Amino acid sequence: MSAARGHAGGRVVSRSIVKVRDLVKDFHVTRGRGGPPAVLRAVNHISFDIQAGTTLGLVGESGSGKSTTGRLLVGLIPASSGEIELFGETITGGAGAPALAKVRSKLQFVFQDPHGSLNPRMRVGDCIAEPIDIAGGWSRGDRNDRVSELLETVGLPRAVAERFPHEFSGGQRQRIGIARALALRPDFVVCDEPVSALDVSMQAQIINLLLDLQEKLGLSYLFIAHDLAVVRSIATDVAVMYAGALVEQAPKTVLYSAPQHPYTQALLEAVPRPDPDRVRSAALGGEVPSILNPPPGCAFAARCPQAMDVCRVDRPAPRATGEGHVVACHLY
Amino acid sequence: MEPLLEVDDLTVRFRTDAGWMTAVDRVSLAVRPGEALGIVGESGSGKSVTALSILRLHAAPTTRMPTGRIMYGGRDMLTLPAREMRAIRGGEIAMIFQDPMSSLNPVLTIADQIGESLRLHQGLDHAAARQRAIDLLDLVRIPDAARRVDEYPHRLSGGMRQRVMIAIAIACRPKLLIADEPTTALDVTIQAQILDLLRDLQMELGMSVILITHDMGVIAEFARRVMVMYAGRVVETAPVGELFRRPVHPYTDGLLSAIPKLDVDVRRLPAIPGSIPDPTAVILGCRYSPRCPMVQAACRTEVPELVSAGPEREARCPPRVAMLGAVS
Repeated sequence: MSAARGHAGGRVVSRSIVKVRDLVKDFHVTRGRGGPPAVLRAVNHISFDIQAGTTLGLVGESGSGKSTTGRLLVGLIPASSGEIELFGETITGGAGAPALAKVRSKLQFVFQDPHGSLNPRMRVGDCIAEPIDIAGGWSRGDRNDRVSELLETVGLPRAVAERFPHEFSGGQRQRIGIARALALRPDFVVCDEPVSALDVSMQAQIINLLLDLQEKLGLSYLFIAHDLAVVRSIATDVAVMYAGALVEQAPKTVLYSAPQHPYTQALLEAVPRPDPDRVRSAALGGEVPSILNPPPGCAFAARCPQAMDVCRVDRPAPRATGEGHVVACHLY
Repeated sequence: MEPLLEVDDLTVRFRTDAGWMTAVDRVSLAVRPGEALGIVGESGSGKSVTALSILRLHAAPTTRMPTGRIMYGGRDMLTLPAREMRAIRGGEIAMIFQDPMSSLNPVLTIADQIGESLRLHQGLDHAAARQRAIDLLDLVRIPDAARRVDEYPHRLSGGMRQRVMIAIAIACRPKLLIADEPTTALDVTIQAQILDLLRDLQMELGMSVILITHDMGVIAEFARRVMVMYAGRVVETAPVGELFRRPVHPYTDGLLSAIPKLDVDVRRLPAIPGSIPDPTAVILGCRYSPRCPMVQAACRTEVPELVSAGPEREARCPPRVAMLGAVS
């Protein structure tokens, strides 16, 4: 079909299963009732790749555009401009719809809220089998075998298929959500804050489960989270977003040990550590700027302790500063 | 030093569809003047219920009257008449909550809401209360206070709303501030601002603070003494440094190990197996025993007592305390 060219190109060039180039998402809103129209730029010209079998951790505070990016990536919402290539198929632009249809079965999504994302009136087995039922073509026996297999994969006893979601704890419900995401054997899973609603003692269980599944099934993840420590425990590479822009990306160890962007540095410094002897430096002032009709220049300039005149005028372009290390900052 | 507040054997029970459940089980604590006490625990640990009970903020029909004693200023607050309780609440003991949006009234201005407790507790008139509200907004470092004071809460960001909540709480110069997950709903850079603010205000006003949180990082940064709760019971109390360096209770130990680490790469986090118990489930003995790696037969049948585990330290795990004692 029309997307066949993209497919061949993707296979030749690299093993990136996700390629994002200059992606933009605008939401059109009105300010106040009957107010003037405004543009909310949730995602502002971002580019990144995800290699097969790896995890890109996408971190940022509220309103940074990280969840919007996740939704764009699996085609839940259309991009305003830019390009998304998944498994060699370009799902944006004119031929995007048929291309997305071709790769859709390889994509899945795990949501933050394990309470809100499971239908309370469906038995757990039916929740998990819903993607199978929608895809069609499975016999009743195969379907039920697959549900049992999935439950085992996520560490739940088979018998829970007959019970209802409300009978389970948050951690168990997240296991059910993961089982459902795996039903059609996806290759790429977007996990949007999958452990942030969970207690600490449950978080580690789910993180370890996601790591085990990646090893066993060769999955690739986009792991979206606001918690930098959680991201360190699961990611291969990390990308940091601020007010719609991707300010820094690097292999995990590099990003945490030698962050370059002043925002990444401030963010890492602000995280309270379980170490009473540590003295944190004074908090970064100011708040995240409005992304309604954003000012020119760097989005972080107003809060940046190292801001220069150029930062308020010119938007810094992403620059490679090392192996896999890209920073959008005029300091580099 | 004489404690400012002393809670003794507090038990709180709720009526649920499954019968009565014990949310807080014989909790005792003491807060000294000027002290920062941290209460840390996961969902269902009873940390928030303990705090709400101190101010008697529970709806009566579903709560059995808490038993035990809550001594403040020589009086047991559990037996105070409602009128006297109202004078303490918001006056001498104030509280801030997790969600600053739903704690503020959307149809009243900031001036009205800060002024409310000033008019009630200190009898200020409208103009004086408004002026004092502006001073308080300055104190909690809200820029442009004279203009902001006449705005409505929806105009403010989450961080600014929490500053307003803090301004309301400190309006009457309370001796004790109870902060229940005050930074949980905030972004990490804003959380750092609010923690800095709370610490500065605590110093400036010389008040005691009870900080309730699920975040061991926040505890390490803010508290001087820590109480760890699990499934309605206190499992360990210790000075903050001691707690992190040498956790005694297996739950504290497991929790600290399970926290994702920011400064080092860990291949696999040592997770605590199992789940937090259902609050209505009947667990004989130690409530952590179904998940505990060091469980012994007696743990499953007898409720362990809090035992001394060193200076200013207690842990609800006699076998572990005995083991550590034998080693040192």
